[in-house]
Amino acid sequence: MVSLDWYVVLSLIIFFIGMFGFLSRRNIIMMLISIELMLNAVNISFVAYSHYIGDMAGHIMVFLIIAVAASEAAIGLALVILMVRNKETIFVDGLKELKW
Amino acid sequence: MLNEPGTYLPVGYLPILIFLGFSFVFGLGSLVFGLLLRPRRPYAEKLSPYESGIAPEGEPRQKFSVKYYIIAILFVVFDVEAVFLYPWAVAFDMIGLYGFVEMVLFIFILVIGYVYAWRKEAFVWD
Amino acid sequence: MQVPDLIPVVPEILMTILVLSLLVIDLFIKQKEYIAVYTVVGSLLVIISVFYCTGVTFKGMFVADSYSIFFKMIFLINVIFAAIISVEYLKKRASLYGEYYVLLVFATIGMMIMASAGNLIVLYLGLELMALSTYVLAGIIRTDGLSTEAAVKYFLLGAFSSAILLYGISLLYGITGSLDIREIGLYIAKEGIINNKLLLLGLVFFITSFGFKIAAAPFHMWTPDVYHGAPTSITAFMSVGPKAAAFAIFGRVFMIVFPALSGSWVNLLIPIAILTMAVGNIVALAQTNIKRMLAYSSIAHAGYALLGIIAASNEGLSAMMNYMLIYLFMNVGAFILVIMLNNQAKVGDSIHDYRGLSKSNPLAAFLMLIIMFSLTGIPPTAGFMGKLYLFMAVVNAGYGWLAVVAVIFSAISAFYYLRIVMFMFMNESIEEVKLSLVDVNGLLLIIVVFMVLFIGVNPQPFVELARLAIL
Repeated sequence: MVSLDWYVVLSLIIFFIGMFGFLSRRNIIMMLISIELMLNAVNISFVAYSHYIGDMAGHIMVFLIIAVAASEAAIGLALVILMVRNKETIFVDGLKELKW
Repeated sequence: MLNEPGTYLPVGYLPILIFLGFSFVFGLGSLVFGLLLRPRRPYAEKLSPYESGIAPEGEPRQKFSVKYYIIAILFVVFDVEAVFLYPWAVAFDMIGLYGFVEMVLFIFILVIGYVYAWRKEAFVWD
Repeated sequence: MQVPDLIPVVPEILMTILVLSLLVIDLFIKQKEYIAVYTVVGSLLVIISVFYCTGVTFKGMFVADSYSIFFKMIFLINVIFAAIISVEYLKKRASLYGEYYVLLVFATIGMMIMASAGNLIVLYLGLELMALSTYVLAGIIRTDGLSTEAAVKYFLLGAFSSAILLYGISLLYGITGSLDIREIGLYIAKEGIINNKLLLLGLVFFITSFGFKIAAAPFHMWTPDVYHGAPTSITAFMSVGPKAAAFAIFGRVFMIVFPALSGSWVNLLIPIAILTMAVGNIVALAQTNIKRMLAYSSIAHAGYALLGIIAASNEGLSAMMNYMLIYLFMNVGAFILVIMLNNQAKVGDSIHDYRGLSKSNPLAAFLMLIIMFSLTGIPPTAGFMGKLYLFMAVVNAGYGWLAVVAVIFSAISAFYYLRIVMFMFMNESIEEVKLSLVDVNGLLLIIVVFMVLFIGVNPQPFVELARLAIL
């Protein structure tokens, strides 16, 4: 039997992998993927809780998170294109004009 | 249909496990048998990517045109909206006319976004 | 299927119709100034509708009460100001796109939804609508590297913080079994939080994420860069709008969900508030770019407004709301002047460019003086009244020492606000700064300064408004 705890632990692990990836990577595409990983960890935990409680609100939330994550990815990619055009790099180290 | 808390998963999934194991063994097996059975006589022309005599040019990892990204971004946005159509279709008999009007409004708003992208020439390739 | 009561959502529906028609009009019209006019007129109509559309609908998911009306008023005034000051600024940079106004209105819809959220799903959707629009607005000047850099930084940290918020929401949902703010509050009031570590983790995630949104230290790192790099009109827009929206959520969630355990979150918020005031006020001393200085000042003001939440009383909440309204006027006033100097006199953003403004245009210098006094909190301006009510609420809640700390930081803030005044009045100008107040921005500036003085002299109606909004 797979109990709720396993899902919670799984989603926590994936969430922190994503968080670590976001904080350690310097490539913006990789950072976007890490954010995506964090959002999917949230989705896992929502579905698990929703199933456990027997309430559909969690499922609705997951649908909405998927849609919002898609628009977020679209805006992120558009900004990456903008950055390639203006700065000719996709690494956050290139963002150094604004300091202090 | 909800199971009792703590007892859900994974009851009817044994065939999938068997299927996974079979496809793994089959895929790996074909590769290994091929390696064992086929004759192996390498020479320089044969090892080049294109045997027909044209020397390979440039890196295999090429840069894509930015245009692909723009199309891909539009695709991502419009594609994911389909996620809302499935629950609507499943629950259609329960929500009736109100649900239908809601979905027409939703698609109308999407169409405005589509027309906007169209008129702004986001789909023009050149 | 019962059709829900749509009356409480009418302002949001009107705004959505406005934004969709803006999108279509943008396709057929060449003079983008008309789009700005249309935005302003539409928003004014929505302000009227806000007052008539109250109630709770969608099974408690959407709450249009007097609390949300107050904040919606702030957001709508904010978007009107932003639309007006943008026209000249963007025309000078050849970036007057129709999308700009569409995104402004989209962001405002998001804020309005946030203020009315009775359910965490609605809260999240409003938050994302607001945030995604502001990311794009920050990078709207496509050829400017600074603008792009600001947008990318804002986007990355904003997306990261909303992922953290989502995890907090999922923890709250898993433990309480509901996404409805009121039901979560009932559960917590019944069960308590002390023996529930996951709930505490959810609370911490919540505070972290909203700390990002209101730019509270130690989550403020993005603020100066983004405010500096973004177009100045957008900086004016997003230093009030998203901040007020996040405070609206802060107020609603903490007053409804966690009142029973105010002890635990107040202890978390007090160090954050002190650190925020310290970082904002002290680092601002070292700035020579006026947009960066105003960014740090906005961090400091978020710290003051947090005091209203810390007081955890109706008095504190109404003081916070009142402060947000006042901050709207004085902040927009400061940015209008920056924009006008940029447009007309081609001066940069360095505070040294303000030398000798009083010689060439005494009226503009005088108006700036009033705004800087107000930001510092010197009577008889609105800033003083706002701070007075905030500090009184904190004292009445039993945190007298916190009020003393806040007053000390206010005194520090006088150094950098009044330094600009000093540059304007004391120094000889290097080159002539010519400034005319005879245009739409000048008119707006005069109105804003009038409001700052009016609230400063006669704060009673506004305080009363905020107090009524709580009940």
